[in-house]
Amino acid sequence: MKEEKEFYERLEKKGISRRDFMKYCGVVTATMGLSSSFIPGVAEVFASPKQRPPVIWLHFAECTGCSEATLRSMYPWIDELVLDILDIAYHETIMAASGHQAEDVLHAAAKKYKGKYICVVEGAIATKYNGAYGKIAGRTFLEVAKEIVPNAAATICIGSCSSFGGIQAAKPNPGGYKGVGDALGIKTVNIPGCPPNPINLVGTIVNYLLLGKLPALDDLGRPLFAYGKTIHDSCPRRSHYENGEFVTAFGSEEAKMGYCLYEMGCKGPDTYNNCPTAKYNDGTSWPVEAGHPCIGCSEPNFWDTMTPFFQEKK
Amino acid sequence: MGKRIIVDPITRIEGHLKIEAEISGGKVVNAWSSAQMFRGIEIILQGRDPRDAPLFVQRSCGVCTYTHYLSSMRAVEDAVGVTIPKNARIIRNLLHGAQFQQDHITHFYQLHALDFVDVVDALKADPKKTAALSETVTNDPHGGTAYFKEVQQKIKTFVDSGQLGLFSNGYWGSPAYKLPPEANLMATAHYLEALRIQAKLVRMHAIFGAKNPHLQALAVGGITSVKDLTPDRIAEFLYVWKQAQAFVRNVYIPDLVTIASFYKDWGAIGGTSNFLAWGDLPMSDKEPESLFLPRGVIMKRDLKGVKMAEPEKVTEHIDRSWYEGNKARHPYNGETKPYQGDPKYDTNGRYSWSKAPRYEGEACEVGPLARVLVAYAYGKKDFKAVVDSTLKKLNIPVTALFSTLGRTAARGLETLVIGNAMEGWVMELVDNLKSGDTATCAKWTMPKSGKGCGLNDVARGALGHWVEIEDKKIKNYQYVVPSTWNLGPRCEKGKLGPVEEALIGTPVADPKRPIEILRTVHSFDPCIACGVHVIDPDSNQVYKIRVV
Repeated sequence: MKEEKEFYERLEKKGISRRDFMKYCGVVTATMGLSSSFIPGVAEVFASPKQRPPVIWLHFAECTGCSEATLRSMYPWIDELVLDILDIAYHETIMAASGHQAEDVLHAAAKKYKGKYICVVEGAIATKYNGAYGKIAGRTFLEVAKEIVPNAAATICIGSCSSFGGIQAAKPNPGGYKGVGDALGIKTVNIPGCPPNPINLVGTIVNYLLLGKLPALDDLGRPLFAYGKTIHDSCPRRSHYENGEFVTAFGSEEAKMGYCLYEMGCKGPDTYNNCPTAKYNDGTSWPVEAGHPCIGCSEPNFWDTMTPFFQEKK
Repeated sequence: MGKRIIVDPITRIEGHLKIEAEISGGKVVNAWSSAQMFRGIEIILQGRDPRDAPLFVQRSCGVCTYTHYLSSMRAVEDAVGVTIPKNARIIRNLLHGAQFQQDHITHFYQLHALDFVDVVDALKADPKKTAALSETVTNDPHGGTAYFKEVQQKIKTFVDSGQLGLFSNGYWGSPAYKLPPEANLMATAHYLEALRIQAKLVRMHAIFGAKNPHLQALAVGGITSVKDLTPDRIAEFLYVWKQAQAFVRNVYIPDLVTIASFYKDWGAIGGTSNFLAWGDLPMSDKEPESLFLPRGVIMKRDLKGVKMAEPEKVTEHIDRSWYEGNKARHPYNGETKPYQGDPKYDTNGRYSWSKAPRYEGEACEVGPLARVLVAYAYGKKDFKAVVDSTLKKLNIPVTALFSTLGRTAARGLETLVIGNAMEGWVMELVDNLKSGDTATCAKWTMPKSGKGCGLNDVARGALGHWVEIEDKKIKNYQYVVPSTWNLGPRCEKGKLGPVEEALIGTPVADPKRPIEILRTVHSFDPCIACGVHVIDPDSNQVYKIRVV
């Protein structure tokens, strides 16, 4: 295994020990819900693919929060993800080229890797007035999506906007915005969240590279490894709920005691996501740990169905 | 008439932006800035619970993730009439300080550097000489010949594989690139380091703010992260802050000065005339007096004439934007509606979803340069010291600040000043907690009706949120954001928006590869998703604007 030896030497030069690296792989493997026997396989995916899988990342109506979330990836580090593991052929927020040069890159990549690229979509698609409210290089989001999405090996919708329409689709939805699946009438893999935890995107991609297929999905297209349980079921404050110990005001004694936030409007019981176990930014915290109710951001139409956020759901 | 070129999409920004420029005699002689998307968040907000507004408007932008959340919270707090506890004020400032650090570092390296740094040219560098250069100009703990060899090898593997990824089709090899290969290699190494630093440093947001992007730990009246005001969490915050600020001092600022020294001609290109800052980072309950970033306006580059800025003097113009009607109005009295249908792009008529805000009828630049100039003009010590010493190091006059180079430098310098101050705020928090004050969220009740305003200055510039409450619901919501100020179109008098003004005179060596245009546009750090507004169609009542 000369290649493997070289790989670990390269890592060590970067100040990453083999042990640390296997820890990264362990985190990803655990998030995906795979047994530890998969760790070497995950390591191989990260190590040295012969040809880095091409990715075309499209931005439609969104806030770029999902790209920003991905930029915060630490398992693996974002620079490894975008430079060593994947071939990010098109991504407007970070690519060097602009204007015609950027357009050329998009068309060339779509042609060269036809049927082979992973298409990641961030943002919803305007449909009112034939999609006139959102354009890139003179073409509507809808036209761009129709060119790029059908020729992808797999399309992954990152965030609640591309998955389900997101905030711009909230009532009264002035631009007629829809999620990608809805707008194009196709099935997509959805990684909702506002924004989602980057580990769930990484897990999905690694699953694809490792096993050659997409992970098991629920009926909303969400990978079960991440969206299989409710927030409430994994919540460390669950025992307070069972004991009837509730926060009724922010800044109160009950808040200081870390009681259950259900009466403050927490949507944890209605929300499928792995926030309590994966946590955010290197496992530093998540909303309920920070004393804030869950707003249900990985559920379809949560801007309408989960609001008012600070009231118990009826 | 000169040759017209269009750059669309402008990449390495947030949102969908198109720039058109007319070039004659190798220079830009006219320019148009066009926002290409309309979402409608202000319309969506109407009729909803005012407490929900901050979470909605936060989704205007995931790059400035904390800023709209904070500004909206302040607007609602103003409307309900609550003063937040001291702990909450300090925590909010700390989160805001971390936002400045993250935003500005990421902008400099990931969004702007490739306009000055030729990544492919770095292949020609001698790693040994690069190591020597790095040791001379920076205090980066990473370095040495082996380190730069490794980075160079990484680029080589990339180029050789034919999978250039993010670096595909950049303007590599353009004569507009001026750095020697060694500086290109050093900066490319720091581009990679910055990617990790920004991911690490937002842990400051997670510690007191639950997560990043889209923090979730503020509440109307204060903060919710009451269980995180512990010694270990505070120590963790300080530890991350220290790493972030070390990067700013040891790498970011030295890189800025080094790169600037090869592009001094950009100290005379890309300037604008008027500057507006609402100011931010309150050091007590008294505003604007206690603002660490002061409030002020400078017209016609007259630093001596700096004056207090007054929100009443703002109007928003729609004559050249895709909305019906054409009368300029104060934000409180707007009455317009978005074009229904596929809008026609016409540089002689309407050409953007963005409106054109004006202060006393004039376009104003907002952002780091405006803030630094206002603070400098007031003679604020921290700012004056770093600005003067940087000008001296580069051997350029104060007037060079009115430029693309000045704008990019101001961003770095304010990161240094704000970051340095953060340590003191942490200590103030510790002292306050020690004194027994553990309040984090003040009590209040929702009034039947009310109006509130939050004026702020965030990474990209002056930001204002306005809310009107009726029957305990949002009647109207409005925000006027930095990128509307900076990247808006012409007004009814035909006066150019700041980026349009700044582009005029910009040299363009090769119109097919207009890297110089990107340089100036990127220096404003455009953020377009939140920059598009529409005023209410049905009435001319106060606070009647909405956005996208």
